[in-house]
Amino acid sequence: MEIALHHYLTVAAILFTLGVFGIFLNRKNVIIILMSVELMLLAVNINFVTFSSFLGDLVGQIFALMVLTVAAGEAAIGLAIVVVYFRNRGSIAVEDINMMKG
Amino acid sequence: MYSAIVFLPLIGCLIAGFFGRFIGARGCEIVTCSLLVLAAILSWIVFFDVGISGGSDRVEVMKWMTSGELDVSWRLRIDTLTAVMLVVVTTVSSLVHIYSIGYMHHDPHRPRFFSYLSLFTFAMLMLVTSDNFLQLFFGWEGVGLASYLLIGFWYHKPSANAAAIKAFIVNRVGDFGFALGICAIFFVFGTTDFDAVFAAAPQQVGKSLLFLSYELDILTVICLLLFMGAMGKSAQFLLHTWLPDAMEGPTPVSALIHAATMVTAGVFMVARLSPLFEYSPTALAVVAVIGATTAFFAATVGLVQNDIKRIIAYSTCSQLGYMFAAMGVGAYSVGIFHLFTHAFFKALLFLGSGSVIHAMSDEQDIRKMGGLRKLIPVTWIMMLIGTLALTGFPLTAGYFSKDAIVEATFAAHSDVGKYAFYATVIAAFMTSFYSWRLIFLTFHGKSRAGKEVLDHVHESPAVMLVPLALLAIGSLFAGFFFKDLFIGEGYREFWRQSLFTGENNHILEALHHVPAIIAQLPTYMMAGGFAAAVVMYFMIPSLPAVMAMIFKPIYLFLLHKWYFDELYDLIFTRPAKWIGRQLWKVGDGRIIDGLGPDGVAARVIDATNRVVKLQSGYVYHYAFAMLIGVALLITYFMFISGGVR
Repeated sequence: MEIALHHYLTVAAILFTLGVFGIFLNRKNVIIILMSVELMLLAVNINFVTFSSFLGDLVGQIFALMVLTVAAGEAAIGLAIVVVYFRNRGSIAVEDINMMKG
Repeated sequence: MYSAIVFLPLIGCLIAGFFGRFIGARGCEIVTCSLLVLAAILSWIVFFDVGISGGSDRVEVMKWMTSGELDVSWRLRIDTLTAVMLVVVTTVSSLVHIYSIGYMHHDPHRPRFFSYLSLFTFAMLMLVTSDNFLQLFFGWEGVGLASYLLIGFWYHKPSANAAAIKAFIVNRVGDFGFALGICAIFFVFGTTDFDAVFAAAPQQVGKSLLFLSYELDILTVICLLLFMGAMGKSAQFLLHTWLPDAMEGPTPVSALIHAATMVTAGVFMVARLSPLFEYSPTALAVVAVIGATTAFFAATVGLVQNDIKRIIAYSTCSQLGYMFAAMGVGAYSVGIFHLFTHAFFKALLFLGSGSVIHAMSDEQDIRKMGGLRKLIPVTWIMMLIGTLALTGFPLTAGYFSKDAIVEATFAAHSDVGKYAFYATVIAAFMTSFYSWRLIFLTFHGKSRAGKEVLDHVHESPAVMLVPLALLAIGSLFAGFFFKDLFIGEGYREFWRQSLFTGENNHILEALHHVPAIIAQLPTYMMAGGFAAAVVMYFMIPSLPAVMAMIFKPIYLFLLHKWYFDELYDLIFTRPAKWIGRQLWKVGDGRIIDGLGPDGVAARVIDATNRVVKLQSGYVYHYAFAMLIGVALLITYFMFISGGVR
């Protein structure tokens, strides 16, 4: 079976949807939210690379590398925030993070 | 010189008022008193200059306002009537100023007191020297203001505040009529200058004014409206209720404002406007009836009062009624003569009673006095002189002026005159009775005061006794010396144009031709009242209590001042309070606030409370909202740009 364009796109869409639901349905841990965000970024990356390969345009792959860099930075900052938050509050459960409640 | 008389008190007022804290209470006393004494001396010079040598003058001070036809200037009108009033006002005022140094020496607010006193004097002088109706109104309101300030001088006493506001409001009733009268004058005559109005008055006789389909005689309407102002200011029947309460103020104030000067402003006004009143027999009749009724009514109430100052206040009210009765029968000069003499002996009585109160450590109830004759003999003599003059003992001041009024009412030979005659004769009897009752209860018999008070009884200092002595001299001799000038042979040369009498007004000639029995009647009444008082309070002291028991309804009726306060409370005060409360609670509170600010604010709070619930604080809720939003936006743009077919 040849792997066609729509297979790639389907995988990417499934990954993206998993990421979205990971954010919304997760009630436990902020780290899971961070991981879900990574998952969504990776889904986008798959799209970039797929289209780059099928259209023969290298810009998409370069853009994917760029997204990876940003994702790495984002993960670093996000984890740092979580660590600081844990130090201050003693918890990183999602239920406890509601200081913006009106 | 005329300007100096009027404005010296104003200068004193400003200095004491604004610089009192720098120059101290003693400085204020010296400044205001010396300026007032200077004004008084100048006034006597003016009196002889104008009254006896026959001058007359107008002094233009400055333009006041010009608006269309209305052209008003500040002008001092100096004629005999003004000169008489100047003498009365500045003399009594300067004596009261001096007396106050002694009377008020415990009070920490003396600069304020002297400032107010001088302010009052200035306003009163402005009133008596006015040359047009607006200036008259300015002085009129100025004395009202000063009266309010001085009645409420002890502002920490709730009763004083209540009395002050009562005086102010009752006067507003009268002033409303007065202001309407001035408007009517301007409407009819197109000017407010006295001379122009008086000159034009004869042409308005018999003409009528259409008001709300009623035809009203112009001059009668104007005179009655103006007289309404006089009733308020001079505490005449129906508008008298403020005067007894005004006794809450310091006693010198009562002497100056509520006995000698301000309350006589109404009498002065009627005399000043005699050229108008003379053309309106109806208005004159009303003046006479109101005056006679007041004379009788106030005297009856005075019979049973127990507060030393209230007795004298009702006596003042009654004597003002006498003056109006004289005005009403056309004997203007007689009324002014009584005003002149009354100022002396009533100020004397008030200052004397102030001396008694001072000696008795602020006790005012005569039932708790008695036997003070030995302890404060000088005050006793002064009060005795004042009482003799008030009751009309032969050759004292009251004898000439009061008897002249009674004779004038008899000589009027009209129904109104007859009514006024009987009322004033009976009032003369009662005047004598309550005056002697006051003297006997206060100075004679056994003392009913506590030992503590009696130990502190002391004669007043010289600074209080000297003004008393000067007033006593005036009370004894003012009538005798000035009788011929005011109401006797020389009255035409004395008054000249300042008092107007119509062609048919021969009352001053008729006055001297009344039967001897009528002329002597007030003296008999005086003796009768004295005898009654001697029997009841000197010989058989238990009799008054028995009489009060027997005639209990009458006694209570008089003790409650004919129930006027209760009646007014029922008719005016309570409905007004009720309306006010309704407007406040329902009109403002429920309707305006309920639908306006408060209602809107409540709805906003409701709405925000709901919005607040949206803010859960969970990050993923916000993220969800963002995602939905982004999805909706994209869908929207896709449909707009036709991306989906």
